[in-house]
Amino acid sequence: MTVTASPSAPRAAQSKPLSTLLYRHRWLRLAGLLSLPLTWLVGLYIVSLVLLLVTAFWFIDPFTSKVIPGFTLENFALVFSEPAYITTSLRTLGIALAVTLLSAAFAIPLGIFMAKLASPWLRAVLAVAITLPLWAGYLVKILAMRITFTEEGFFNWLMAPFGISGPGFSILTVVLTLTYLWFPYMALPVYTAIRQIPVNLFDASADLGARGFTTIRTVVLPLLWPALLAGSVFTFSLSLGDYIVARFVGGANAQMIGSIIASNINLNPPVAAAFSVIPIAFVVIYLVVTRRTGALERM
Amino acid sequence: MRKKLMAVSATAAVSALMLAGCAAPAAEEGSGELVFDVPDVPMLEELGEPEGQVDIIAWSGFVEPAWADTFTEETGCVVNRRVAGTSDEMVQLMRTGDYDLVSASGDASLRLIVGGDVAPINRDLLPNFGDDIVPGMQGQIYDTINGNVYGVPIGRGANILQYNSEVVTETPTSWDIVWEADSPYAGQVTAYDAPIYIADAAVYLMYHQPELGIQNPYALDETQLAAAVDLLKQQNEIVAEYWSDPVAQITSFVGGTTVAGTSWEILRKLAADDRMQGTLPQEGSTGWADAWMISSESDAPTCAYLWMDYTSSPEVNGAIAMNFGMAPANGAFCELSDEAAAHCEEFNALNEEYFEQVWYWTTPIEQCIDGRTDVKCTSFQDWTNAWATIKG
Repeated sequence: MTVTASPSAPRAAQSKPLSTLLYRHRWLRLAGLLSLPLTWLVGLYIVSLVLLLVTAFWFIDPFTSKVIPGFTLENFALVFSEPAYITTSLRTLGIALAVTLLSAAFAIPLGIFMAKLASPWLRAVLAVAITLPLWAGYLVKILAMRITFTEEGFFNWLMAPFGISGPGFSILTVVLTLTYLWFPYMALPVYTAIRQIPVNLFDASADLGARGFTTIRTVVLPLLWPALLAGSVFTFSLSLGDYIVARFVGGANAQMIGSIIASNINLNPPVAAAFSVIPIAFVVIYLVVTRRTGALERM
Repeated sequence: MRKKLMAVSATAAVSALMLAGCAAPAAEEGSGELVFDVPDVPMLEELGEPEGQVDIIAWSGFVEPAWADTFTEETGCVVNRRVAGTSDEMVQLMRTGDYDLVSASGDASLRLIVGGDVAPINRDLLPNFGDDIVPGMQGQIYDTINGNVYGVPIGRGANILQYNSEVVTETPTSWDIVWEADSPYAGQVTAYDAPIYIADAAVYLMYHQPELGIQNPYALDETQLAAAVDLLKQQNEIVAEYWSDPVAQITSFVGGTTVAGTSWEILRKLAADDRMQGTLPQEGSTGWADAWMISSESDAPTCAYLWMDYTSSPEVNGAIAMNFGMAPANGAFCELSDEAAAHCEEFNALNEEYFEQVWYWTTPIEQCIDGRTDVKCTSFQDWTNAWATIKG
């Protein structure tokens, strides 16, 4: 050990020159560890985001659709003054929140069942069933929902004997489809968190006279809260940015923030860039609120 | 728009689809009085030795080995194809100067010409670009700008009114069933999901509200655009869903979600459902037309001219049209065989009366292309913003 560290040990240095070099130079070790992820983060992620956001202050040549560098706040003025844009933003926010709540409502009972009640065999089957949709293509799943909810589709066929007709293509269908898409991201952290709750807490709760629901409310939920918030970061932000679902199962009135960005990105990049600030603001606010609860440390 | 067609067989292209709202060419009236500030680009005077290869940007289905290989054998020009998904992509690629030819649609062509990216065409070097080219595809904007010809026509199509004949039992004579609030098919209507669809509203208004003074659906001043937007908002109430993906449109009709709405002849055919019928109502409609254009920086002009001439022959032009599902530009194709005649009949290739009612897609620009100079017209950016407000 001491030999390797000593500058006057030529034999050791020859045998492991790279290790020696890294040992001597702390900054080299750091550079080796961080250069790749930092290049990725700064070079590709942050720079491209900044480039996009800067465009929001630029002009557009209406004929050629070329962006002209400059400074204007008109793009932001348009985004914040047009009622349709504001409605769309609020609708998108509502959809993202609904998807998050729905995912949580499904994930908690499922997680309790899997972690505490199911046999090991059934637990394995359920774990596979939850993660299996992740293996299928995103578009395939959306088209599957489209086929299910079309007028002469599976849902209406199944429900026809009961006199029920489905939601067709509507905002409700968008919420259901997004929940279907992002549910695993909520279910897995919730399930893991419930598994980590010691069984004797349930016993203690029962011994003290609490019924099932009281136990869930006073014991499980507080311990579950960080996992729920961690899952909700995924369901919320992924829903906020989606527009393909709205296009395929949204019907006539489900325009989302992403739809407007997509229709502007080629013809009017500055407006698209200005509008992309809104979901970023939503997510930042959400993350700040979430962070105060300490959920992010548990991720 | 082409890229959407390729998506008929490959849904993966979806994300690009919505952008495709911008496609094809020019106003049909002789827009001779229109003057654009166009860079002075010289045209090729005579053909030289073939350069050995030619780089082409095209819609899916326009450049296929079935006819490109024969071309290479005949001329020694190897064809390098680059399939583009949208008009914007085509414009961007052409501006790199790396390509010799592009199959430009209406919104791309004007931008390319005014940007100096494409050169005027010397018709003397294109024997196949003659009287066989159907009259409706000659004399368009890109044919007539400042007296120059910029495009060699490839094919065209109309946006038709498709309906489910099981529900809509009588052939509709008017687009009113997809526009009016009291439509018997309210809640079962489909509309095209792109800003260019505003022109469809304008075509309807031209017929039913002549007092608005719309002369060309792609030249709308602010008042006229507002009227079109109001009509589209009214339509929004009866729309079941908007379509931009061809597969989605077909499943929407076949699955019963919609029973009437805008469509293309090729989509009706692909639906392979006898209930689906198409018609061109009395108000007329929008449509699209494509043309080859040659880069002003082409390093293989001879091969490019040979390709444009080769693909304008009745056989090859027809092969492209049949492969893509559109009306061919070269009318002589229709006499080649029974199959060709049937294709021409189905796509109304020789029916000029039919295409006279069709306004080929053009990018709306601030300069009114109907010749008005006392007002400023609305640009495609204005249309894009308006479109977002329609779907609220």
